[in-house]
Amino acid sequence: MQTTIISPANASFLGIPTVIFSILIPLIGLLVFTYIMAMRRVPLVNAAPDSRFDHASERFFNVLKIWLGQYRQPRYMVAGIVHIVIFFGFLILSIRATSLVIIGFSEDFALPGFSGTFGHLYNILKDYAATAVLIGCGIAAYRRAVVKPARYAVPAKYGKDHTAEALFVLALISILMISESCFDASLIAANLQQGLEGEYVAPLTLSWLFKSIFMAVPVAALQVMHVLSFYIHDLTFFFFLCFLPLGKHFHVITSIFNVYFMRLKRGNIKPVKYGVKDEDLDDLELFGVKKLEDFTWKHLLDFYSCADCGRCSDNCPANTVGRPLSPRFISIKGRDLIFKSYPILPVKKPAGPGKESEDLIGSIYNEDEIWSCTTCGACEQECPIGIEYIDKIVDLRRGMVDDGNVPQSLQKPLRALEKRGNPYGKMEKKRAAWIKDKEFAAECEVKVLEKGGTASTLYFVDSITSYDDRMMEIARSTAKLLDAMNLDFGVLGKTEKDSGNEVRRFGEEMLFQALREENSAAIEESGASEIVTADPHAYNCLKNEYNDLPPVSHISQTLLAKINSNELKLKPVTDSSKIYTYHDPCYLGRHNDLYDAPRDVLDSIQGLTRVEMEKNRDRAFCCGGGGLMLFYEPEEDQRMGVLRVEMAKEAGANVIVTACPFCLVNMEDAIKVAGLEGEMEAIDLAELVELHLA
Amino acid sequence: MEILVCVTRVPDTAENEIELNSAGNDIERDDLVYSVNEWDNYAVEEAIQIRDRVGGSVTVITVGDDESDEILRREMAMGADKGILLSDDAFEKADGQGIAAILKAAAAQGSYDLILTGAQSEGGAGEVGGMLAAMLDLPYASLVVSIEESGDNSVKVGREIEGGTIEMNEISLPCVLSIQTGINEPRYVGIRGIRKVANVDIPVQSISELGITDSDVSSSVKRLDYFVPDMGEGAEMLEGDDEEIIDKLIEMLKAKGGIK
Amino acid sequence: MKLFAYITHRDGTADDSAQELAAAAAQIAPGEAVTAIVTGSGEDLQTVCDQITSSFSEVIKVDSSELGYPNGELIRKVLTNLLPENAGILIAHNTFGMDLGPGLSIKLGSVFLADVVGIDKIDGDQLTVVRQEFGGQVSTHVQCSLAAGAVINIRPGSFAADENAEAGGSVTDRSGDTGDLTSGRKFLELVEAEVGDVDITKEDVLIAVGRGIEDEDNLEIVEELAEAMGAAVACSRPVVDAKWLEKSRQVGTSGLTVKPKVYLACGISGSFQHMGGIKGNPFVVAINKNPKAPIFQVADVGIVTDILDFLPELTEKIEEISS
Repeated sequence: MQTTIISPANASFLGIPTVIFSILIPLIGLLVFTYIMAMRRVPLVNAAPDSRFDHASERFFNVLKIWLGQYRQPRYMVAGIVHIVIFFGFLILSIRATSLVIIGFSEDFALPGFSGTFGHLYNILKDYAATAVLIGCGIAAYRRAVVKPARYAVPAKYGKDHTAEALFVLALISILMISESCFDASLIAANLQQGLEGEYVAPLTLSWLFKSIFMAVPVAALQVMHVLSFYIHDLTFFFFLCFLPLGKHFHVITSIFNVYFMRLKRGNIKPVKYGVKDEDLDDLELFGVKKLEDFTWKHLLDFYSCADCGRCSDNCPANTVGRPLSPRFISIKGRDLIFKSYPILPVKKPAGPGKESEDLIGSIYNEDEIWSCTTCGACEQECPIGIEYIDKIVDLRRGMVDDGNVPQSLQKPLRALEKRGNPYGKMEKKRAAWIKDKEFAAECEVKVLEKGGTASTLYFVDSITSYDDRMMEIARSTAKLLDAMNLDFGVLGKTEKDSGNEVRRFGEEMLFQALREENSAAIEESGASEIVTADPHAYNCLKNEYNDLPPVSHISQTLLAKINSNELKLKPVTDSSKIYTYHDPCYLGRHNDLYDAPRDVLDSIQGLTRVEMEKNRDRAFCCGGGGLMLFYEPEEDQRMGVLRVEMAKEAGANVIVTACPFCLVNMEDAIKVAGLEGEMEAIDLAELVELHLA
Repeated sequence: MEILVCVTRVPDTAENEIELNSAGNDIERDDLVYSVNEWDNYAVEEAIQIRDRVGGSVTVITVGDDESDEILRREMAMGADKGILLSDDAFEKADGQGIAAILKAAAAQGSYDLILTGAQSEGGAGEVGGMLAAMLDLPYASLVVSIEESGDNSVKVGREIEGGTIEMNEISLPCVLSIQTGINEPRYVGIRGIRKVANVDIPVQSISELGITDSDVSSSVKRLDYFVPDMGEGAEMLEGDDEEIIDKLIEMLKAKGGIK
Repeated sequence: MKLFAYITHRDGTADDSAQELAAAAAQIAPGEAVTAIVTGSGEDLQTVCDQITSSFSEVIKVDSSELGYPNGELIRKVLTNLLPENAGILIAHNTFGMDLGPGLSIKLGSVFLADVVGIDKIDGDQLTVVRQEFGGQVSTHVQCSLAAGAVINIRPGSFAADENAEAGGSVTDRSGDTGDLTSGRKFLELVEAEVGDVDITKEDVLIAVGRGIEDEDNLEIVEELAEAMGAAVACSRPVVDAKWLEKSRQVGTSGLTVKPKVYLACGISGSFQHMGGIKGNPFVVAINKNPKAPIFQVADVGIVTDILDFLPELTEKIEEISS
């Protein structure tokens, strides 16, 4: 194409052909980038193994949905849309950026297929993309600098504010957009001024704006502008590329991999060490994560990938109630430690004996922080790029348990679990004592299978429901429901042990495996062909962490099936002043996607008014945690349960229905603490349905 | 510092009511689980911490039967270097002085700078430490809630006395100390830790190996029986539903000036 | 058998246990003369000796500057030197007696009876006493021969003092018979527990809370009751060990000694270490869900219920009445 101004490939500056810069900038840029990436690879190689190369199609689908589809972004609407705009802008402009680099030394270069009509169409598209990205950057900068959403704030204990880095990167992106547009617009304006044909410029784009301005600028100046903007773009582009792996914008590069390798299954905890069989665990020198390199490579990749968006912590109940845990900073502190332990420039190597990493607990993480997690999974549900927290927390706990570093308040229940199979230290023979309640025994007979009896349905009660006076009501209601559904059911009695869901999550892996072994044997002995439980923690554990068990259902699933098949009849509500709301137990909802069955069961009760809390389903707010968490004494400003009860009140409900004994404990407690006795009540789904048995 | 810690295996009764057996001569032990005496566990933790500060070794020792092996392993999993089980049919009836005599014989076979016991066990007597010290002619302090190395041949110890006051003493080594709860935060011992020491050899010593005789361990203080004392000698039990109880109670409290 | 009682004292006042030891001795050897031994130094010592002559027919005074502070190790030496062969000596089973008694029995070659709460019978030289085990959940009869002498540690508060005793004892100075007063254990100083915001020793109404509170957060219901009643919150040792309340709130032998008019023991099993901190015979109400809790033996009024449910109801009712 005939042009009036000289392209960067042919221009010269002070007698030096600028093409030299066109070659040197990408060359040096790529060299530096390759070097940095090679250095960033080292910790991943040193890290513990992980198993992430399976299920390629499922992983590819995740990339399409979560990475390319930006599926989780709109959960935060404004930030999400801005991100989607910038994300797709980048994707579109990456083609242009690549060809621009080559145009620097080959004036008429066009990528294959981009020389004809498609090229023109692409130019229109990329002009709009650049414009949108610049606007996106503007909105993002405004939010960062002026609106300052709370979730971006950095509490003093976690170091300095991150706003400067964010704004700097937004500035870099803006420079890229502006320089790219100037480069095009200066050429087009010069051509048009000379009466030559100019590339079509789509209206209301940046290029269009600059072109309009440049029509009044002398061609000589446009020549300078053209070459200058090219090199500004070229320099900024390679600077940006090399800058990415140095901070939170590493996610621009790593997120696609992070999403590809993200966890596929939920509700389970990673093995102590991938590739080591359970029976060989005793031979392991090291247990859990104590030093940086004990994390798996995926977990270090998580640290690289964290974009510091704060969504995890914004949804973290522990963080919300002021416990010393913010998942966001689990990642940020981890990333900073990698950067410190594996510096890019060897001269910057910190003093000390080489690469010996220090213990994580006591340096970058502290005990209370790691014990504060309820494993509710809200953070992982929210993370737009599949960063994992529960496995990391559990691995750190495993390390602490191995060192004996366990709070006194947790030692007692753990010892009791070891000796008695329940955290309360109650006698095994009292495990089925709840069936002896006179009133109940007269109505409902429960088979206790401890002495070799069999039943086709096994009701797995688990510890709290077996031993807690209040929660025994759930057991009795559940038994009555199973009876009403004409199921041949029984309980294990003293041969049932704690399912171990929390034992595993609190890092006592070997104890968990011992419990699992005993339960598995007892369940097999019972001859049951299906297992039903009303405890979501037991449900999760039996379903996801035991092997070769009969199918496991939560009572809500069993109820729904029987209601749908008309085998279970419920009577309408009698008290219409009650407004119900359903609180999702984490181990039913987020960990097992069981959101609808309990709601459907409720809705099948005629005349029942049900409202939703604002935080519901996969965004439900944890009640405070179950199992061993009930024994832990966290530092916190207020209780999760109290917040949850207030949310229910805000939704206009006066009855909170849960489907988990731990939720019920926390809710009933919170109602008292919040002073809402008489105004609000909590009830288990099984209890409520039992009340409505026709 | 060479440290010997004397531990004992006791029924874990914290969460379960103690009941008498049908004969009334013992508590019902069938459903009890056993573990290391709580006070002794603090003593072992303290010994481990001292060793980690100044070097040396920690030996845990118990008078018991085969089943006591388990508590020695648990304490070794905690970090004790060595375990010794003192076991002999002749030991079964030993009273406090008998136990102290057995421990004395074992302690005399080693060369210990510090001997620790728990302040008391399930019997509540808190006697073995003081007896052992007297038998060994070593200085003794009971109810110790702090130990600090001071100088080459002595430690500074705090005893918890009435009113939560701490009585500070300088005590020369070797010595015997009985340890009160709260002196530290004992570390957790997981199943993995216990398995690691599952195959460590624990020497067993009998009465002849200790060089003592039946008469040294014969019991002069005999427990005749167990019984549950009559309850409510003074307590008037308020019964009925909560409302009735509360009304009665408030009336009483008012009469006694309990409600202002 | 010749019986002695070792009397502890502080600031010129004999410990309350002095009269209790006399009462216990009277049950072991009815009608026999009992000799008190008091060690210390200076004027206070004489004052203490004079105080107890009404309870003991003889008081042995041992005055030495070395004995200014009761160092168990030194006093063991004094007693070993002073006591005749096969003597019986009674000592209060407090933190001092626990320090002294066991070792003394070895040095005297006599039997040791720890923490005796009752004398069952005396038959020739066979003495049967009552002790408690498992934190007071069960009691036991323990028998031994007094032929070779005995060190008998008596639980404070277990024997009713005879307020009207008139033994008219004389004081004998045996300060010359201490023997060697060197020991590997040197007393340095006393470090007093920190004083908290509330002085529970000066409160008339105390609501004491124990293990039954289960969780730190539940303290609220106790505090609310205390507010409604105009009382102060105290506690037993486990609550302090768990760091839920300050040490300055702890009642018991390892905590503070309180003298309230009304004592509401909530979720407290009633170990003697705890009860040892309650003086002045208050009106004790025990609320515990375990009907076998030893607290019910010593309380005036008992209620078997879960404090977590019961206390809020009580609070509500009291608030209702007062408003």
